[in-house]
Amino acid sequence: MTKTVLEVTDLVRHYPLPKESLTAPPRYVYALNGVSFSIEEGKSFGIVGESGCGKSTLARNVMALESTDSGSVKIMGKEVVGLSFNELRPHRQHFQMVFQDPYGSLDPHHTVGRIVAEPLAALGRLSRQEKDERVAEVLTSVGLKATDVSKYPHEFSGGQRQRIAIARALITRPSLIVADEPVSALDVSVQAQVLNLLRDLQDDFGVTYMFISHDLAVVEYLCDEVAVMYLGSIVEKGKTEDLFARPAHPYTRILLDAVPQPAAGKKRDRIRLSGSVTGQTERRVGCAFRDRCPMATDKCAEETPALRQVEDGGHFAACHYSEEMIQRATA
Amino acid sequence: MTLLTVNNLNVNLQTASGPARAVRDLNLTLEKGQTLGIVGESGCGKSMTALALMGLLPENATTEGSILLNGENLLEKSERELCTIRGNRMAMIFQEPMTSLNPVHTVGRQVMEPLRLHKRLSKAEAFEQAIRLLDRVGIPNPEERIYNYPHQLSGGQRQRVMIALALSCSPDILIADEPTTALDVTIQDQILELIQTLVAEEGMSLVLISHDLGVIAENTEKVVVMYGGTVVESGSTEQIFSQLTHPYTQGLFAAMPKLGLGRKGRLTTIPGTVPDLVNLPKGCTFTDRCPLATDICRNTPPPRSELGPHHQVLCHHLEQAIEARSRELYT
Repeated sequence: MTKTVLEVTDLVRHYPLPKESLTAPPRYVYALNGVSFSIEEGKSFGIVGESGCGKSTLARNVMALESTDSGSVKIMGKEVVGLSFNELRPHRQHFQMVFQDPYGSLDPHHTVGRIVAEPLAALGRLSRQEKDERVAEVLTSVGLKATDVSKYPHEFSGGQRQRIAIARALITRPSLIVADEPVSALDVSVQAQVLNLLRDLQDDFGVTYMFISHDLAVVEYLCDEVAVMYLGSIVEKGKTEDLFARPAHPYTRILLDAVPQPAAGKKRDRIRLSGSVTGQTERRVGCAFRDRCPMATDKCAEETPALRQVEDGGHFAACHYSEEMIQRATA
Repeated sequence: MTLLTVNNLNVNLQTASGPARAVRDLNLTLEKGQTLGIVGESGCGKSMTALALMGLLPENATTEGSILLNGENLLEKSERELCTIRGNRMAMIFQEPMTSLNPVHTVGRQVMEPLRLHKRLSKAEAFEQAIRLLDRVGIPNPEERIYNYPHQLSGGQRQRVMIALALSCSPDILIADEPTTALDVTIQDQILELIQTLVAEEGMSLVLISHDLGVIAENTEKVVVMYGGTVVESGSTEQIFSQLTHPYTQGLFAAMPKLGLGRKGRLTTIPGTVPDLVNLPKGCTFTDRCPLATDICRNTPPPRSELGPHHQVLCHHLEQAIEARSRELYT
């Protein structure tokens, strides 16, 4: 029986905007509008979408780094929404985060040993010797040397820094690692090393990943399941193979088509997406994607499509025309 | 007639730890209307090449060789003469549209500046021309947007403004240094399409610099692959992508996650990291990371071999590299 490591239900986060006048009603950025998903132990769950779709807000809320408006986040069965800082602290060892920028996320004044050992504070008192052993062990497991503890971050390259960040996340032996674009700042050859490392660590330690990326190829390589987000909602989710082979939402199809292919040969035929993500500050009836959607009809403006199962095996999509999309993909 | 010829260009940077050879013996030719891609990882010298072409190298840089634009050597020109060429006959689009636009001037003023300076247009004429340019690059409501400051525009729109700026004086050569790296895939798609259309309509030549093999494959006719400050392979895009030859090109391609690859198999990694430009090996700079390397590689610079018309590879072990195409070169 597989355990559910992370269960997110109906998560909502709206950021208030500064008031424009005293009498005007307050306006909001609708960053998350009821997001639900769950991740099982040892699996990788990818979240993709354009900037401004709420991916990073989702990560911050799952990590309990900011207060949530409503909804629930259960990590290892324990509710984290609404807990105070002190109540959260002992629980933090179970979920850790890897950030995008390996240059900004490591304190330049601290040695690698101190950076990597920092999360151990959440475990309570540990002897010096035990700490040193844990640090050495975790550094070796991410492919660095145990002797690197006394060095400073500036002595390492971008890929190695990201390894340090991963070591810091791993040291408490967490069940869940939330990785927000962990490889997008890295070069191609280094990116491959870090992706392989993430995979190996999963095989060795059985960690669960929530993996946020805008790079679909990276997500396909690493993740078992994927959710596509648009304007604060999940518009499609399912097993990676299903979703990439038979996208049931036009947005997913367009995202996949937009990835340039490194191959000889001429331009591909494809639908291009016009415009960019706008409308985070509006509440509207109907499908949020309809202004940019090539398939939009009157129905899309009148009825908000619900996230519903469109295929067996847990393939969900929020589109009135998912069946047509799937049919077109299989034809 | 050849528009741009670069002969044996060397760029040395004076750094605290000694001279860094950022670009070594670089040769390029660019015909009118041709599109050239420069691909490589960070530190391979691709941006330095672009800055050298524009005459924008940092002050600690010294150059050797020649850059001939219509037969005139740009490296021998004074700063004053360069000012009449830069932005007029050659223009550049930078990676970060936020930092390369001036935050305290309206976009209109910034687009008008080169028109006033190079074309000697009156304020009213420049204003009209600026509106036309903004419209051309696909900015909605240019009459209103012209009064906007950069922070009021989205990332994609800022990059469009950068393109309008670069286009303002109809340059002969457009240099785009990672123009879409900071953007989402869908916006990247739009911007690349825009650059393509404009280049074709204006008959400009394009130098497109990117680390993304997909972007290069879909948008250029010729490619040079750079590593450690020098070109290791060059040829038509067709040739390069159908016959990956240099061990580095093969590795770079294999290390890239590609859509449709699925979760089977592992990404190939190139061991090690990019060489230190201060202490470059005497021979081939790829020696330390190359699976085919032998003693000769370390000490003797590799010979240039013609593989096909204009397809050149610099490698000591060409036959082995060709033979390795069918199998995995890296394990």
